[in-house]
Amino acid sequence: MTTALPREADPAEITAQHAQLTRTWGTGQSLFERLATVDHKIVARRYVITAFVFFVLAGVLALLMRIQLAQPDSHLIDPDRYNQLFTMHGTTMMFLFAVPIMEAIAVYLVPLMCGTRNISFPRLNAFSYWVFLFGGVMIWIAFLMNAGPETGWFSYVPLAGPEYSPGKRTDFWAQMVTFTEVAALAVAVELIATILKQRAPGMTLARMPLFLWAMLVTSFMVIIAMPAVMLASSFLIADRLIGTHFFNPVEGGDALLWQHLFWFFGHPEVYIIFLPALGMVSSIVITFARRTIFAYTLMVLALVTTGLLAFGLWVHHMFATGLPHLGSSFYTAASMMIAIPSGMQIFAWIATLWDGKPRFMTPLLFVIGFIVIFVLGGLTGVMLASVPLDLQLHDTYFVVAHFHYVLIGGAVFPLFAAFYYWFPKFTGRKLSERLGRWNFWLFFIGFNVTFFPMHILGLAGMPRRVYTYADGLGWESLNLLSTLGALMIGASVLLFIVNAARSLKQGEPAGDNPWGASTLEWATSSPPPPYNFMHIPVVTGREALWQPEPRQVLEGLSPAHREVLCTSALAAVPDIRQHSAEPSIWPFWTAIATAIWFIASIFDARAVLWGSLPVAVCLIAWMWPTPPRVLQQRTAP
Amino acid sequence: MKPRIVGDVSSLPDAAFSHRSLIWWGVLGFILIEGTVFVLAGGAYFFLMNHSTPWPPHRVPPELLLGTCFTVLMMLSEIPNVWADRAAHGEHLRQTRIGLALMTLIGLALMVIRYFEFQTLNVSWDDNAYGSIVWALLFLHTVHLVTDWVDTLVLTVFAHMHDLERTHFSDVADNCLYWHFVAIAWLPIYALLYWVPRMMK
Ligand code: HEM
Ligand SMILES: [Cu+2]
Repeated sequence: MTTALPREADPAEITAQHAQLTRTWGTGQSLFERLATVDHKIVARRYVITAFVFFVLAGVLALLMRIQLAQPDSHLIDPDRYNQLFTMHGTTMMFLFAVPIMEAIAVYLVPLMCGTRNISFPRLNAFSYWVFLFGGVMIWIAFLMNAGPETGWFSYVPLAGPEYSPGKRTDFWAQMVTFTEVAALAVAVELIATILKQRAPGMTLARMPLFLWAMLVTSFMVIIAMPAVMLASSFLIADRLIGTHFFNPVEGGDALLWQHLFWFFGHPEVYIIFLPALGMVSSIVITFARRTIFAYTLMVLALVTTGLLAFGLWVHHMFATGLPHLGSSFYTAASMMIAIPSGMQIFAWIATLWDGKPRFMTPLLFVIGFIVIFVLGGLTGVMLASVPLDLQLHDTYFVVAHFHYVLIGGAVFPLFAAFYYWFPKFTGRKLSERLGRWNFWLFFIGFNVTFFPMHILGLAGMPRRVYTYADGLGWESLNLLSTLGALMIGASVLLFIVNAARSLKQGEPAGDNPWGASTLEWATSSPPPPYNFMHIPVVTGREALWQPEPRQVLEGLSPAHREVLCTSALAAVPDIRQHSAEPSIWPFWTAIATAIWFIASIFDARAVLWGSLPVAVCLIAWMWPTPPRVLQQRTAP
Repeated sequence: MKPRIVGDVSSLPDAAFSHRSLIWWGVLGFILIEGTVFVLAGGAYFFLMNHSTPWPPHRVPPELLLGTCFTVLMMLSEIPNVWADRAAHGEHLRQTRIGLALMTLIGLALMVIRYFEFQTLNVSWDDNAYGSIVWALLFLHTVHLVTDWVDTLVLTVFAHMHDLERTHFSDVADNCLYWHFVAIAWLPIYALLYWVPRMMK
């Protein structure tokens, strides 16, 4: 190993190292190894697929609602079932699909983009997935047993309180929130540590891909926002189960406390979904325009400002509650101001495409669809930010239309762009371009056919969350149209699934870097080997892979045990060889114990205490330090 | 084109302290999360206070004695904590062991006081919103106290079973960092629980 540097990597040495590294980092086929794996790529793949399944399930609920609403005076679905449908749809989309899938993709990509061998806390990552899975499965089982939540995705008290929502329905909802937020918070910490400490040498902050910036800001937002909803849902369940009075006005509580805590999370939540999507869009625009991004520094600033402003805005969900006057005007201004950084980014993407040599392939189509829809959604949002208009349109279909424009335009379109863009990296094969175009156009047209009419319905006075409406109000044809659009979206998603299933086997082999992209995940094979990179890449410019050949790398991380390179937070100077956790079954058991703890406490308040004991035991087994003897064996030559 | 190897990192150390270590960033992340929880819970306290007069509704604030004992001991615990932190940074095995054992004992004493402290609040969680938020704050802090105590216990047992490498000393230092958080977070809660009601009278 002491040959003079620099030198070319020697092929015989590469083969030998590959075998050894695969032994060190690989995950075997046995059930035990699968449950114990801490490979961020395997965990992320499960996370993505699970979240996508939840997307499809929530989509099926949406179709059921749309079929119900296609005609007036329809009695396919009774009011109680309808309440559960929209609550489960909204809850699943927000808590089990949108945030998790963004984080899941980041769990896959961030370590690769940083040029490192695993995520910072691999066991925490595995734990996060299991907790997420158990929470989602729990609420869906409750729903299938007719105990699904029914009080809307933001579960306002007093409706969700002990008096008006008896039974266990809302308790399942509150615990589901806790499950998913624990999972999301864990991932946020992992991503921050990975981005700040495991970037490839030379990848200074000023050279960080925008996707990493987006994930960094998002993760901080998660850390500030998610505790609010965890606290709120814990207060709620305590009010319901042990007789506290946080939201009970008779005993000094206040329902508005719920609204404040919820929207302190709920508003940033939209940006937590949206910022990763912006990062994805930037990656795709750069690659398909084949030039660096226009105004990189401004783009970074825009991400950071959006993150900050998002916290100033929660109150705009509460205009209808009668806030002091000055307060309202302030929040109106802030709500309108957030349009500025978003507008700036859109401008930069268009400028980048304009000046580049764009290739209009499916990922870019979805990006353009995103830009178009998002601009429209933003306009209606600015309309709602004005207090008088909001009071008029509050709780009508205008609002439903608005937030679907923002959420689907702002997150689902970029997400599909990302699927087409990164599928080759995940699987080694490309998705079919022909089906991709069908997928896109059906989605784009179907989307507008579904949601554009809802604006008009809202202006015509149709309230949201009604299970049916009377004949003769003039709402019939627009509702029918909307349902047809929803069916088109359904067909489009089905087409995507077919495309993915077929391409997995028959797709065109991708090679390492099928799009000629510039970020580090494309510097390794597709799919990447268990150890991600044989040599640690050195970054010499903002677009790492577009620098002059040959690529520079470092050697010296042990192939015999799990090591990652830590670099300094700002300048990314190599600093230490940090041990990376071995596979362990304990995160899985800890998640099981956590699930028992959370679910048992729905039925018996004392479980809050005794349920924590098994969790503690599992945690101790998980975190028990590695004895020095083992450490020394590891580092022995 | 084949990559060009331009450097070798095998001579870098395999463990380090504070911001150079990955775990430290993890601990900091969790401190940030839990700090946010405390801030929000404190916000909820003021929110509820503004919505009900008098505060406390039955005019009897918690007894001062045990809460104040707890506070004093908590603050004093910072002395051995800082000492243990220094020992860990200096990689002194014997002192680290003593420091850890001491912190385990102090933690135990604090938990005992805390158990009785719950009984001197003069209100139950299901009396009114005031009682709910008071219990919530004290409960939240207790969860952190217990969690860090268990971690300290694990490290103490481990340190007495084995010789320690730098990575273990670094774990001990991170544990001390977390204890700082548990101690500092207590001060505003103490003020909220014990002094704000007295000032409001
Ligand atoms: C893909 C096609 C989708 C369709 C056809 C659809 C349809 C609907 C409909 C009809 C409602 C309102 C029902 C009512 O107020 O009575 C609704 C509510 C909602 N949707 Fe969607 N949706 C779709 C996708 C999404 C996505 C991707 C998200 C989030 C990422 C989402 C989040 C929500 C939320 C939060 C609500 C409010 C639930 C509540 O009122 O508590 N939807 N959706
Ligand atoms: Cu908002």
